[in-house]
Amino acid sequence: MQVNENFEPVIVAFCCNWCSYAGADLSGTNRLNYPTNVKIIRVPCSCRVNPMFILRAFQKGADGVIICGCHPGDCHYTSGNYFTRRRITLLYSMLDFLGIERNRTRLEWVSAAEGAKFAATMEQFTADVKALGPNRRLEDLRCRKQ
Amino acid sequence: MQEAMIKRAKELLADGSVDRVIGWKRGEFAYDITPAVFTSAEELEHDFVFDDFTAANVSKYLVKETAKEGKILAFLKPCDTYSFNQLIKEHRIDREKVYVVGIPGGPKLDIEKIKAKGITGVLSVKNEDYTLKIETLYGEETMPFSEAVLDKCASCKSKKHVAYDELIGEDGDVLESNRFDMVEKLENMTAQERFDFWRGQLSKCIRCNACRNVCPACTCENCVFDNPKSGIDNKAAADSFEENMFHIIRAFHVAGRCTDCGECSRVCPQHIPLHLLNRKFIKDINELYGEYQAGADTTSRAPLTDYTKDDCEPSVVHERGVE
Amino acid sequence: MLKISKSRLGELFDAVAAKQTLYIPTDREPGAAEYKKYESGMELTKELNTVRSAKDFFFPQTENLADFRIDGKNIEVRDIREECGDFVVFGVRACDARSFTILDKVFLCEPVDSFYKNRRDHGTVVTMACSRPAETCFCQTFGIDPTSPEGDAACFDDGESIFFKANTEKGQAFIDSIASLLEEGDTAKLDEVNAKTKEIMAKLPLAKLSTGNFGGDKLNEYFNSDKWAELSEACLGCGTCTFVCPTCQCYDIRDFNTGHGIKRFRCWDSCMYSDFTKMAHGNPRLTQLERFRQRFMHKLVYFPANNNGEFGCVGCGRCLAKCPISMNIVKVMKALEEK
Repeated sequence: MQVNENFEPVIVAFCCNWCSYAGADLSGTNRLNYPTNVKIIRVPCSCRVNPMFILRAFQKGADGVIICGCHPGDCHYTSGNYFTRRRITLLYSMLDFLGIERNRTRLEWVSAAEGAKFAATMEQFTADVKALGPNRRLEDLRCRKQ
Repeated sequence: MQEAMIKRAKELLADGSVDRVIGWKRGEFAYDITPAVFTSAEELEHDFVFDDFTAANVSKYLVKETAKEGKILAFLKPCDTYSFNQLIKEHRIDREKVYVVGIPGGPKLDIEKIKAKGITGVLSVKNEDYTLKIETLYGEETMPFSEAVLDKCASCKSKKHVAYDELIGEDGDVLESNRFDMVEKLENMTAQERFDFWRGQLSKCIRCNACRNVCPACTCENCVFDNPKSGIDNKAAADSFEENMFHIIRAFHVAGRCTDCGECSRVCPQHIPLHLLNRKFIKDINELYGEYQAGADTTSRAPLTDYTKDDCEPSVVHERGVE
Repeated sequence: MLKISKSRLGELFDAVAAKQTLYIPTDREPGAAEYKKYESGMELTKELNTVRSAKDFFFPQTENLADFRIDGKNIEVRDIREECGDFVVFGVRACDARSFTILDKVFLCEPVDSFYKNRRDHGTVVTMACSRPAETCFCQTFGIDPTSPEGDAACFDDGESIFFKANTEKGQAFIDSIASLLEEGDTAKLDEVNAKTKEIMAKLPLAKLSTGNFGGDKLNEYFNSDKWAELSEACLGCGTCTFVCPTCQCYDIRDFNTGHGIKRFRCWDSCMYSDFTKMAHGNPRLTQLERFRQRFMHKLVYFPANNNGEFGCVGCGRCLAKCPISMNIVKVMKALEEK
């Protein structure tokens, strides 16, 4: 597949307030770089992410969606991320079943102490999505910027 | 069977055990039955029908019916009892207000399959030893019974009634079914092939909402797609994205609750195999979180409201076969 | 009458498609036909009718009306109307052809719907007479003769050849444009076919159905009928009947936020839906009974009241075939007539 070097993907990252969002902060205070393609949306817990959020991100122009939450066992609300894990596994599996590229979606556990992991994860995910090219299979043509 | 059912219904009405009976009403033609509530012996004798076309699952109507006064007799086929149980579990049906009579299940017939053979002007359909004798405006036609069986019956999962107060006829067993064959076939395709398959199917959708409205698992008072405050309400798919979104979200919302009754595909005016989306979730749940049959009981926790500490990560999706 | 041998139909389609866009009903899968843009080699369906009606050509399920572009504090409103190209819809049945007359009454009266008119002006409807009506057909109830369909031009199939007859100037122009392919033919066999069709029509299960008891003056009689409760009891509230119906014409206008502007579009609406005609004060029809009643009262009473007695149904039978619970206008008419 031909990779368009000029293509800059839009990445939406849903980050848990208690861990990954703080992890993003930490990577900033540590002066670590991560791609500016990543747009963070803060959520109170990764399990706040409704499948609809993910689909609507794609609809409104995202090329990749990543969800970041606390490591299993560390949820601020005890069990939220365990539910996230099941839900998101099934949803990603369904998107795969419908022929949507697997690398457009990801789930990572990033704690508040893992600034470096946050930056590395975003770096890697952005590169993966960039390699895939623009989201065409799950886009809303009306939202495409001319 | 129909006579036995009418007889029993009349008895239960007469002795005051029930006030109403939900079943199926005869139509204009041989096949166009309508789910209906009967309140008298005369109505039952005149209109009640139970034949090869009474496929409609009446369990969802019990949500509305048990909100009323009095007790209702419901005739449930094995597959309907799973939906019934699931609704009990979700506190949508008042069990005290229903008297369930288990009746034998299908296979039921699909008039559209008969018509797809080019048989038109259907006046009557008779099953003679698993050969259909079809009287039409243009003469008599025959076709094998098996070729006119509804898809949902062709991959029947169970002949066992999981809920009943009494049975007419014998109870059956849970079956070894081939219901995941098509899901598996799709899984083994490439992502592009799968995408093309689903685009071809979902682009036929006219957003009539029949799949949603018939679904016994879809009992929200106000669906997110009808709620102007949800931000995603829409009356028509104005873009292919909205076709995908509706069906993904609908299937996801019933994941772990869908009993695989197959009503969604049966009612689709465009013949979209919607049950495949639900079966994909069922298959994934079975493989990743252990065998689970929604509606098999009224107490177990649904897979999506449950977890274990060593559940797999979503990366299992990446590790599977071809893309 | 001018005719073409059925074996040469492909040539005819190619000739038409060379000049303008041509749509023909073709098999999507066994038992389900739909109109598709003609491409060489495509075959005409053997099905009686398409799943979706032909109204889509003039009144599509969704269409954009205007674009709003937002640039800083400025909003630019763009009229996105485009003159549509000439097109031909071939193989429309008599029932669907009549539906255009009904839609015209709605969309072409003042204020004229310019989107609809644009397509009507550019579309040529070529109808096809029926020879094998189905048990669900009841077009004759509404005075439609399926052996002599309306439309700009009408076609007749005698089994070997297709005959052409012009009903309007547009239809004459269509026939003139393909005249080189046509030859003069004898209609003796066609007359036989038509006579046979009429015999079948008389034997149809719904042949006796009549509109005699319906019309604009029956409002009080039927509106408060106690039959509605029973009839609407099993209704799922889905929109199948309204969306396959060739005459249902309700629509909603909505705005879609694209993130960089607004698209104002209209889409079909269904009186079966809980948010149908929802307004600031709420919804005028709160129960399924009221919504169900609206659909049939509209077709059998309100529409004739406002349109010189013309009913809002053409008897195509699609709702009879497609309703998930098989409740339909025929059952409603029969039930209401019962005293």
